[in-house]
Amino acid sequence: MGASQTRTEDVFQELSDKTGFSLEQIRILHKRFRQLSGDEDTISKENLEKIQALDKNPIRNQIIEAFFDKRNQNDGEVGSSREIGFQQFVKVMCHFKPPTLKMTTEDKEAMRREKLRFLFNMHDTDNDGTITLDEYRKVVEELLSKSGAIGLEAAKAIADAAMLEVASINVPHMEPHEFYEGITFEHFEQILKGLEMESRMNIRFLDVDTSTMHCGKSQ
Amino acid sequence: MFLRPQGKMLVPSLLLLLMLPVTGAATELSVTESLQSGLAGLGVSGDHGPPGLVSPGSTGEQVQPEVAEEEGSHHGGGFKIVQWEWSYVQTPYIISVWLLLASLAKILFHLSQRFTTVVPESCMLILLGLVLGGVVLLAHEKQLYQLEPGLFFLFLLPTIVGDAGYFMPSRLFFDNLGAITLYAVVGTLWNAFCTAFCLYGVKLLGVIDEKVDAGLMDFLLFGALISAVDPVAVIAVFEEVHVNDTLFIIVFGESLLNDAVTVVLYKVYMSFVEVGPANVGTAECMKGLVSFLVVSLGGTLVGLVFAVILSFTTRFTKKVRIIEPLFVFLLVYLAYLTAELCSLSAILSMTFCGIGANKYVEANISQKSRTTVKYTMKTLASIAETIIFIFLGISAMDKTKWAWDTGLVACTLVFILLFRAMGVIGQTWVLNRFRLVPLDRIDQVVMSYGGLRGAVAFALVVLLDGEKVKAKDYFVATTIVVVFFTVMFQGLTIKPLVKWLKVPRSTNRKPTINEEIHERAFDHILTAVEDIAGLQGYHHWRDKWEQFDKKYLSKLLLRKSVYQKSELWEAYQKINMRDAISVIDQVGGQRVMVHSRRL
Repeated sequence: MGASQTRTEDVFQELSDKTGFSLEQIRILHKRFRQLSGDEDTISKENLEKIQALDKNPIRNQIIEAFFDKRNQNDGEVGSSREIGFQQFVKVMCHFKPPTLKMTTEDKEAMRREKLRFLFNMHDTDNDGTITLDEYRKVVEELLSKSGAIGLEAAKAIADAAMLEVASINVPHMEPHEFYEGITFEHFEQILKGLEMESRMNIRFLDVDTSTMHCGKSQ
Repeated sequence: MFLRPQGKMLVPSLLLLLMLPVTGAATELSVTESLQSGLAGLGVSGDHGPPGLVSPGSTGEQVQPEVAEEEGSHHGGGFKIVQWEWSYVQTPYIISVWLLLASLAKILFHLSQRFTTVVPESCMLILLGLVLGGVVLLAHEKQLYQLEPGLFFLFLLPTIVGDAGYFMPSRLFFDNLGAITLYAVVGTLWNAFCTAFCLYGVKLLGVIDEKVDAGLMDFLLFGALISAVDPVAVIAVFEEVHVNDTLFIIVFGESLLNDAVTVVLYKVYMSFVEVGPANVGTAECMKGLVSFLVVSLGGTLVGLVFAVILSFTTRFTKKVRIIEPLFVFLLVYLAYLTAELCSLSAILSMTFCGIGANKYVEANISQKSRTTVKYTMKTLASIAETIIFIFLGISAMDKTKWAWDTGLVACTLVFILLFRAMGVIGQTWVLNRFRLVPLDRIDQVVMSYGGLRGAVAFALVVLLDGEKVKAKDYFVATTIVVVFFTVMFQGLTIKPLVKWLKVPRSTNRKPTINEEIHERAFDHILTAVEDIAGLQGYHHWRDKWEQFDKKYLSKLLLRKSVYQKSELWEAYQKINMRDAISVIDQVGGQRVMVHSRRL
């Protein structure tokens, strides 16, 4: 018991150093991981699909997929895993860390690219490095038609318009015989230049363990 | 300096400008009595004194024969082909002349491009006011016009605050509400108390002259009114500087929300001064605390009630499109007046009315009404701002109203700057423990430097009762100096400061469709990740609010046909138009063919 405890602590420490989360935050995430996995060492898609709060979320599937996407592990592999362990879980969570005061401009740039990468991977479902119109359309439709007051037709039209916009900004002088293949990562970066990812795409990770206060509501 | 190539036009127009108040004042003199009775007839009275552009102090100067002549010409015999009907049109005439003057001044300033990029408009307006005040003073030996608190609080301030509240970016506002409230409440209290106590201490030390007859209560009162950041000044200066949105919303939000604190402190200390410092006990202090909660929450509540009324009303205005803007103006103004009626925080009421109603009203009313509302509010606010600054300049020239004490003025200036900086640093340190995106040192510098005082402080100090607060004249002079310093000196230097510090600026362009799509995506992504991580964080609650809004509020307050659409649809329409036009411009229809093949 004692040996495995220290081993876990070491693992946590290592993770904390690698990802930048504090030890306490890692512990809390671990607790949640155990909760989701039913005390196993790995979680599968079914475990995440069971979370009730996600039911109403329009991009639920994409998010769950993102956790199992090997590209988000930054290992150089592509494809999708069936199950992930705690390390991979934390690695994905890493994409949502907020910037700190001590970060330099290069750090902030790097963080921004990482977050953009995450979004890009989310759109690019067939792993080929470009977001085609069909893929983009799918995301937009899911996002808009489920979440709000827009019908499927309108969402389709909006996706098309968005695509046109990307094309016109990135390749402004297209010849008549060319067509726009798909959005590459550079184009994606370009189109979202105005969005302040570093300050927007963050969630607050708890430093204090409040899971006991929720009485199972956070399922 | 700005009498360059356009000098030929400028000189005569400048002369004209200067002539207007002088002639206006001259004719004014003869019928002041009828004006007074006219105003009394309107039944205008109350806490803030009779409103009006003319100072009631000039009652003495009746030129009787002229008046008699006026009367005579009405009842006199014989038919006159042309008559001089001054007494009939004077009030609206004078008001219109002043408004015209203010507008002409704006034109003049913008004739020189180089000038306007360096000097903020508010500076130039105050300078113009000083010049005009000087002219009137020379012509009549005394000041005829000044910034009347009644006029200011009932007409000028609501226009500006209404415009600000209605067009406030509510998402940004609520995202930073914690920071804003902290600075507004704790910051203002810190400034008020520290300034007051230090001034009192300095008085005891003898740096302030004996003539300034003020006790601790008086200084606390003065501290309360001089320590609040002013919304008018912040808008006037920051709108030329274009700092990034977060910084702006924090300073601006603070200037709006601190009204509750200022109102309570002012009233509480006024009553303390009246009652006498000996009779102040803990009961009074408790009452003050309760009063603060009542004033701030009550004001907010009044604003929200009016927001609901306004949204609900606009749901049914389909057949009366032409008066839709009127509903917006009236109800927002009534929110202000109702809060003022119940002595709650009027600024808070109007701000929250605007914020709450904006989403539903903009969706319900027609496009033309939207344009009308936007431009009318902006025009009125701009004119009100111009008038405020001009009159600030003019009022400064009225020597009978103030008395100078170097010690008091110097110490006040030093203290407010010092305590503002200390307050901001301290609060930011606390805040950064809780904020997701911390506020760095540059932000803090801009926030400290941007803590401008303005016309509200001036109006409040003029409202003081000279009998109860013996040092009123000294306070007035000090306030004038402080306001001038912050608006002019800090206003002039903040632009170069922002450039030097490389503060991130705002881009101010409309977001592209892709950006809008991803903004939406963020909300859902972040909520999802929060849910997976088991956190009930900010996004979780935001999501809950959006659900509530969709289920109940929107159903109640939005017109049925509007309920289906959204802003993304509008953005898409615009892109569609733009793209359709550009496509037609392009090489024939080939490109369209290519796209449609791919699509």
